[in-house]
Amino acid sequence: MGQTPFIEVNQAIVESGGVDLNACMQCGLCAAVCPWREVAGEFLPRLMIRQGQLGLEGYESDDVLFGCTTCNKCVINCPREVDIIGVMRAMRSLVVESGGAPETLKAVLGSCHANGNPWSEPREKRMAWSEGLEVPAFTPDKEHLLFVCCTSCYEQRSQKIARSLVELLNRAGVSYGVLGPEQNCCGESVRKIGDEALFQKLAKANLEMFQAHGVKKIITTSPHCLQTFSRDYPALGGEYQVIHSSQLLAELAAAGRLPLSASDGRKVAYHDPCYLGRHGGVFDPPRAAISACGVQVVELEREKEFSLCCGGGGGRVWMETPPEQRFSLLRVQEAAAAGAQVLATACPYCVSLLEDSRKTAGLEDLRIMEISELLAENLG
Amino acid sequence: MNHAPENHYDALVVGGGIAGLQAALDLAEQGFRVAVVEEDASVGGKMIRLSKVFPTLDCASCITTPKMAAAAHHPRISLLTYSRLAGLERAGGGFAARIERKARFVDEDQCIGCRQCEYACPVLLPDADQGGFAARKAIYIPFGNAIPQVALREEENCTFCGKCEKVCPTGAVDLLQQPQEISLTAEAVVLATGFRLMTDYPNRAYGPAARQPNLITSLQMERLLAPHGPYMRVLRPSDGKEPDSVAFIQCAGSRDLNLGVPYCSRVCCMYAIKQAMLLSGALPLADLTVYYLDIRAFGKNYEQFFQNAKAMGVEFVKAKPVVVGSTAEGAVRLRYEDQEGGGGGQEREHDLVVMSLAVLPAAELDPTGLGVGLGADGFLGSVSPKLAPPLTDQEGVFAAGTALGPKDIVDTIVEAGAAASQAAAYLAARRAAGRAAA
Ligand SMILES: Cc1cc2nc3c(=O)[nH]c(=O)nc-3n(C[C@H](O)[C@H](O)[C@H](O)COP(=O)(O)OP(=O)(O)OC[C@H]3O[C@@H](n4cnc5c(N)ncnc54)[C@H](O)[C@@H]3O)c2cc1C
Ligand code: SF4
Ligand code: SF4
Repeated sequence: MGQTPFIEVNQAIVESGGVDLNACMQCGLCAAVCPWREVAGEFLPRLMIRQGQLGLEGYESDDVLFGCTTCNKCVINCPREVDIIGVMRAMRSLVVESGGAPETLKAVLGSCHANGNPWSEPREKRMAWSEGLEVPAFTPDKEHLLFVCCTSCYEQRSQKIARSLVELLNRAGVSYGVLGPEQNCCGESVRKIGDEALFQKLAKANLEMFQAHGVKKIITTSPHCLQTFSRDYPALGGEYQVIHSSQLLAELAAAGRLPLSASDGRKVAYHDPCYLGRHGGVFDPPRAAISACGVQVVELEREKEFSLCCGGGGGRVWMETPPEQRFSLLRVQEAAAAGAQVLATACPYCVSLLEDSRKTAGLEDLRIMEISELLAENLG
Repeated sequence: MNHAPENHYDALVVGGGIAGLQAALDLAEQGFRVAVVEEDASVGGKMIRLSKVFPTLDCASCITTPKMAAAAHHPRISLLTYSRLAGLERAGGGFAARIERKARFVDEDQCIGCRQCEYACPVLLPDADQGGFAARKAIYIPFGNAIPQVALREEENCTFCGKCEKVCPTGAVDLLQQPQEISLTAEAVVLATGFRLMTDYPNRAYGPAARQPNLITSLQMERLLAPHGPYMRVLRPSDGKEPDSVAFIQCAGSRDLNLGVPYCSRVCCMYAIKQAMLLSGALPLADLTVYYLDIRAFGKNYEQFFQNAKAMGVEFVKAKPVVVGSTAEGAVRLRYEDQEGGGGGQEREHDLVVMSLAVLPAAELDPTGLGVGLGADGFLGSVSPKLAPPLTDQEGVFAAGTALGPKDIVDTIVEAGAAASQAAAYLAARRAAGRAAA
């Protein structure tokens, strides 16, 4: 390498939250299990950590430091239990603080700052997804706050997820409500991008909103909101219960509260979203929810802890990835090869990326569906 | 040989691996009477199943069999094989033990080891003592140099055809034999219950990609290399092909906080080097690769052993790889980062891949029920790990070998000798106290 080590960088990373930086023993297992190996990508977590430990240059580029999709595969495998994502986040924050974020992500951060959402859409349009539907506002007598992910608020394909979910909640008679434009982006991706200050601002605003409205139970449509609400917010004073929609749907189906026809004979494969599965440990409820409508379940080889990331976490959903490097492309091909007619999943990012790749691959006979969509189609 | 168990012994040794045998021999040589309880059908433990041993490359059966035989023939040692300690209590200043002698369905005294029953039996099963690569019958002598050479019948897969019973020249087969419980007393106990390997590692670490025949464990490789191995030469399990390339994955489960094994298993670096050396003799043209984190060659002559392997052309790659699948031809696909070459992510195929699995405490490490204290690593604990390793926190209970933690044969033998010597000192002190009181 021939570079001069710059040890202050090591200290700065540790101080910015990368506390495990120096616990790494450089075994390289993280690099071996990283999904970038599937597509001959450049990102090597082990090397990134080494550069951080020694303060060597070379990690700051969009493809390296901002290549990480935060899929958690390395973290659950690391023999030294290094919080690799935490280290990566701290390294990103040093770059982001000095204005070095990739251009597309700068726009995302700017929009979160100005509009409370990453999609450069006006705050007032946050409820556009619910047009023509009966969606109650959250009041203290409601049991759950339904926290709709920004993506499902604004992105057209994704809106259908939220629409399907409220249909199901209404039919099951769940007591819930929404808070609409008052809501801010959960900030999960913002934090992973490395903008800690912005994350704190968004989290604080949401926590004040929860407090002001007396929110005690939250349903999220995205596993990303779920993770930050359950892992990050409590440290900032958050006190509530939080559940992902797929978990609630499994409960409702088991209790017989969803009038499902149970005669959908399609072959359905389930794609475990990283933030629900590897991050959250939620593997069975989504499968139970899918089975409730009488589909034929097709097993993918890479499932549960071994699931293949769609490529959308850690801010990557907003970054350009050439088709030959898209994990989601491999995933839709895997599902099609397994004979699936539907690839079901439980995350708005996964839906977007899998849907894109389905089109790229020209797989006309494969449908990408969020679990709510699949169940709503089977309402009797 | 194999004296009928008596009612009283000076010492009870639990586990008849090399640690237990050595401790028993050292005690017996000093005049003490010893009973060895071994749950397996033969004594010898892991060592008798090895090929050759580092760093001397002695043939394992050539150096283990004499120890096994010496214990079996010793006038002051009783070997209770296929037996387990069903209960132990303190009684009269010593111990009262209940020992379950599992049903062999063959009378130990009448069996002459002629194998007629084995030849007659029509049931074929995978032979665990040959790594599952060869077949054995439902009634069988465990292996060629097992001690005792007494047959046993496995109940689950027997079809009760009765052929063995008919053919046995001494009428030793007894298909209705029941387990027996015997009682004995002893004044000291030596725990030498050994270790097991983390065999669920591949499933935990590689998931479905682990399900393939040419991904094997290190003990299976010992069998492939052993003089009396399943194929008598090194062949790949899936198709009997001679492998052109063999790889070893080191620290497969060891030094892994995530899998609950913070410690180094100590023997795997050395045995992988040994196996690679033996392979370079058995398969002179094969590529041999060891994927390692760092090589721990800590013992006398061990570093030289490692250097020799390098000089012989064994390739050492610093990486912790993962198994990601197999090729159409049956080779195992590995993925790793080429750290030293700076080549980034790499994928390589090997005809045969050996996992150097973590050493774990035996399933029933402390069968005494006394609650012998464990160390933080889950092995038996010592109250004086530096100055008197065999001393447990239970008076009169000593420990030796891998039951105390991962170690090689040299250290196991030394520790077994130390355990015997401390047990002997304990027994002598009790006697002196007894005489003084009288
Ligand atoms: C693949 C491999 C290769 C190796 N190669 C070498 C080498 O080349 N050189 C070297 O020095 N070392 C080598 N070793 C290490 C060596 O195997 C050990 O040091 C040695 O076998 C330890 O002996 P032990 O008696 O402590 O344990 P074990 O061999 O495990 O013996 C324990 C015995 O106790 C019995 N037992 C367990 N629990 C009970 C119970 N509750 N009741 C009754 N009986 C019980 C078991 O059945 C077993 O017979 C190797 C190890 C492995 C895994
Ligand atoms: S897996 Fe863990 S210990 Fe190994 S190189 Fe990666 S971060 Fe370091
Ligand atoms: S002996 Fe070598 S292979 Fe085994 S755990 Fe220790 S370092 Fe890893």
